[in-house]
Amino acid sequence: MVAVAVEPRRDVANAPVILSVENLHVHFATSRGLVRAVEGVSYQVRRGEVLAVVGESGCGKSVSALAIMRLLARPAGRVAAGRVVFDGRDLLKLSDDEMRRVRGREIGMIFQEPMTSLNPVLPIGLQIMEPLRIHLGMGEEQARLRAVELLRMVGITDPERRLNQYPHHFSGGMRQRVMIAIGLACNPKLLIADEPTTALDVTIQAQILELMRDLSQRLDVALIIITHNLGVVARYADRVNVMYAARVAEQGTSDDIFLRPRHPYAMGLMRSVPRLDRPRGVRLETIEGLPPNLLDPPAGCRFAPRCQFRVDVCSSEPELLETESGHRAACHRAVEFASGALAPPALQPLAAVRAAEAQAEVAPILAVEGLKKYFPVARSTGLFARISAEVRAVNDISFAIRPGETLGLVGESGCGKTTVGRLILRLETPTAGEIRFGGKDIAGHDAQDLRAMRRRIQAIFQDPYSSLNPRMTVGQIIAEPLQVYRMVPNARAAKDRVAELLSQVGLFPYMAERYPHEMSGGQRQRVGIARALAMEPSFIVCDEPVSALDVSIQGQIINLLEDLQRRLGLTYLFIAHDLAVVRHISNRVAVMYLGRIMELADRDAIYAAPQHPYTRALLDAAPVPDPEVERARAPRALKGEIPSPLSPPSGCVFHTRCPLAGEECRREVPELREAQPGHFVSCIKV
Amino acid sequence: MFVYLVNRVLLMVPTLLGVAVLIFFMLRVVPGDIVEVKLRGDGGNPTQETLDAERKRLGLDRPLVEQFGEWMTGLFTLDLGKSMWTEQPVTDEIALRLELSFEVALMATLIAILIAIPMGTLSALLKDTWIDYAIRIFTIAGLAMPSFWLGMLTIVSLLFFFNWLPPLTYTPIYEDPWNNMAQLFWPALSVGYRYSAVVARMMRSSIIEVLNEDYIRTARAKGVFERLVVMRHAMRNALLPVITVIGLEFAFLIGGLVVTEQVFNLNGIGRLFVQAVGRNDFTLIQGMVMLTAVVFVVTNLAVDMLYAVFDPRIRYR
Repeated sequence: MVAVAVEPRRDVANAPVILSVENLHVHFATSRGLVRAVEGVSYQVRRGEVLAVVGESGCGKSVSALAIMRLLARPAGRVAAGRVVFDGRDLLKLSDDEMRRVRGREIGMIFQEPMTSLNPVLPIGLQIMEPLRIHLGMGEEQARLRAVELLRMVGITDPERRLNQYPHHFSGGMRQRVMIAIGLACNPKLLIADEPTTALDVTIQAQILELMRDLSQRLDVALIIITHNLGVVARYADRVNVMYAARVAEQGTSDDIFLRPRHPYAMGLMRSVPRLDRPRGVRLETIEGLPPNLLDPPAGCRFAPRCQFRVDVCSSEPELLETESGHRAACHRAVEFASGALAPPALQPLAAVRAAEAQAEVAPILAVEGLKKYFPVARSTGLFARISAEVRAVNDISFAIRPGETLGLVGESGCGKTTVGRLILRLETPTAGEIRFGGKDIAGHDAQDLRAMRRRIQAIFQDPYSSLNPRMTVGQIIAEPLQVYRMVPNARAAKDRVAELLSQVGLFPYMAERYPHEMSGGQRQRVGIARALAMEPSFIVCDEPVSALDVSIQGQIINLLEDLQRRLGLTYLFIAHDLAVVRHISNRVAVMYLGRIMELADRDAIYAAPQHPYTRALLDAAPVPDPEVERARAPRALKGEIPSPLSPPSGCVFHTRCPLAGEECRREVPELREAQPGHFVSCIKV
Repeated sequence: MFVYLVNRVLLMVPTLLGVAVLIFFMLRVVPGDIVEVKLRGDGGNPTQETLDAERKRLGLDRPLVEQFGEWMTGLFTLDLGKSMWTEQPVTDEIALRLELSFEVALMATLIAILIAIPMGTLSALLKDTWIDYAIRIFTIAGLAMPSFWLGMLTIVSLLFFFNWLPPLTYTPIYEDPWNNMAQLFWPALSVGYRYSAVVARMMRSSIIEVLNEDYIRTARAKGVFERLVVMRHAMRNALLPVITVIGLEFAFLIGGLVVTEQVFNLNGIGRLFVQAVGRNDFTLIQGMVMLTAVVFVVTNLAVDMLYAVFDPRIRYR
């Protein structure tokens, strides 16, 4: 690794402990029984330190943070045991009013969903001034001045005017800045951020996290970041808590966790995410199975049922013990890992080179030429409504996909990537352009022609929760297209085919009787895949198929998609915002921004040597799960927000945020030109 | 905002026009007319000539197009014609009762709001305590009990316990407020009870829902006093659906209190409506249907305006 000027880590190891959570137990009373959401969690946070709590959904990471703030949903949730010592006091013993005085004053909190975390009917100013007036007794004028100062501090321009605006005037990233301003308003000693950037785009995520870390250092605030993104942890955390099934699995500095993991779950997590910093061509190692149901957890080690290192002793409960100084793991075999006696097997390379990579010169299965989709927007409603604007969701894009290939389509929200998918599926009618599928232009097809086409182009959607009809059984969902297209002679044959499809996606035939809500997210996504496969398509549009899933499940689905592609010779258009996932699965990658393709190239070329400044910024903004790499990187964040597609910038749409932009970029719309063989860039500067 | 308002007011025109056209033709599609009711009603057996003569006198023999034209032109000059039964102008017939009905509706709404908002809020905040259960029983009773029956109970109890009956004749509030109130308070109360039950239940579920919102958690995480969390952060958001319910109920009360008016012997819109329909009094029915339509459309507009006051997102559009 190249030794770049390493950013000095603050010496927080010796700073005084500000928060000490001791043996915390949180229980939720549900109609199906008692859920022990947090069991015996202990950790400490030092002044000015950044602690990351990682884990998959339902592992108790958010609940333990809410318990510190005593904001658990009442009356269902309660702290059953433990102490939360903050600044010398046990928060759990304070009266309600004493606790209220701690919240917002000494501990600030930022939540995941910036779109819903601010009150929509109150002006931003009031919401920032509220804690100032309540906790610090400031008068109206003084609070207003401080609010202006805070907004400026979190990088919101024109703060005086913005104080009177309402949350809907702000973008998601801006709202999260407002939340940070609120969290820091009273100079708290501790700031808890619960998935602060999960709902945001990569470039905005980088802005927000850089801001939070910068402020926490400047103001000497301790920071607890709850997240599932390992890259974020590696870049920003001093110390890490890995949680699994209500317990702490491993605890240590971020170097400990990332470089010397001692718990098989932490190891598995690290190996199951596609990574930008590792050579490609290895199969993702997944953690098989599902996290346990906390209503009825297994006895002993909770990870044992999924653990490849399981031995007899694992049926007894492991304690969180120190393996090296300050590094603890709750695994019976942690010492063996520490001594090197036991190690996970080396990553396996992919079995075979995929068909498409061998045969480059084949006629494309799908070719898109000059595709446009404009959505009319009525500015006012009622009698005099007129179409005064249009959103150019997709603006003149062209690409081709060869049979058996995967084209990745990446970009931030609002860049038009989903619309491209919907156009190819002909769920939308293009405004202009051609979509040639198997040689025929389907852009102008009517309903009759489309029927034949739909069999061959299928879709897998993002949200496995809302894209399956909750009133139909899994069997009915999968069998429906079979019957509609008369692909099976009778109900019996349909049933057999459903069973076959279920086995194909790694589910069991008996699951056909189940309803979607009886299945986990990953299982539901498998059902979605089986439904798409039922039509025996040759082309599948995958629209963010794994972004709603937990990391360990995400790996399983990616591997399944890859296996299916190899076995059935499928072609994918893989739409996603996660650069690492796209890199892992794609042969070629197209980067979109505001309705246009910025760069299109072979995957290795685009990731190794990105040409377009936007691609570079995207790759730069995505932290990788390796603290050494991250420490070596300079702080960076693409400035500004994505402009509204209602009024895109003139010339090159990226010029407002581009570090290279010059006067000519304002005027000239750059064409997508072939900079190197097979590597297309639309930028006049490179 | 102003453009929005003008737009909304202009959009009322096609709605009302549609109602006017529909009611005109629907009345004439149904067999029978006022002449039959008038002359045959009490077992009379008039000759065809008498019937024709009466139809001619009332203008019912004219071609449909001509009658329709008259109805339409009348609408635009706010002349709804004369009642075919009393031969008084329809507007006069309505005006005579509208005052009373409007007052009862308004009072019932006030009573409902005064009872429902605090009760619904309390019920939501003390969810699953005995206070909540008591309030829920109280509101369920309100929904289950027909208001005319409650009205009868009220009258009987007033008579039984206080040996007093509300005045029987209507006096406008500006002439004798005491007498007016003494008469109209009781029907308003018995209607308001049911009304309050609807609103209180809406209020309860609305507050419970809003209290689960992320921004309420944010407010609590800021250390805002619980009282302020409810009053400032939850209330305004929770009131929105409640306003809709209040608006709908209010519009219904004008003209919808047929039986209650009967019980309290009130000469209101509801009773007039029933009379008009019973007599096939085309012009009066048309006039009253238009009144109801106007009340609904205007209330709806008022509700939407209130929404805009409470919710800046709507103001913005």
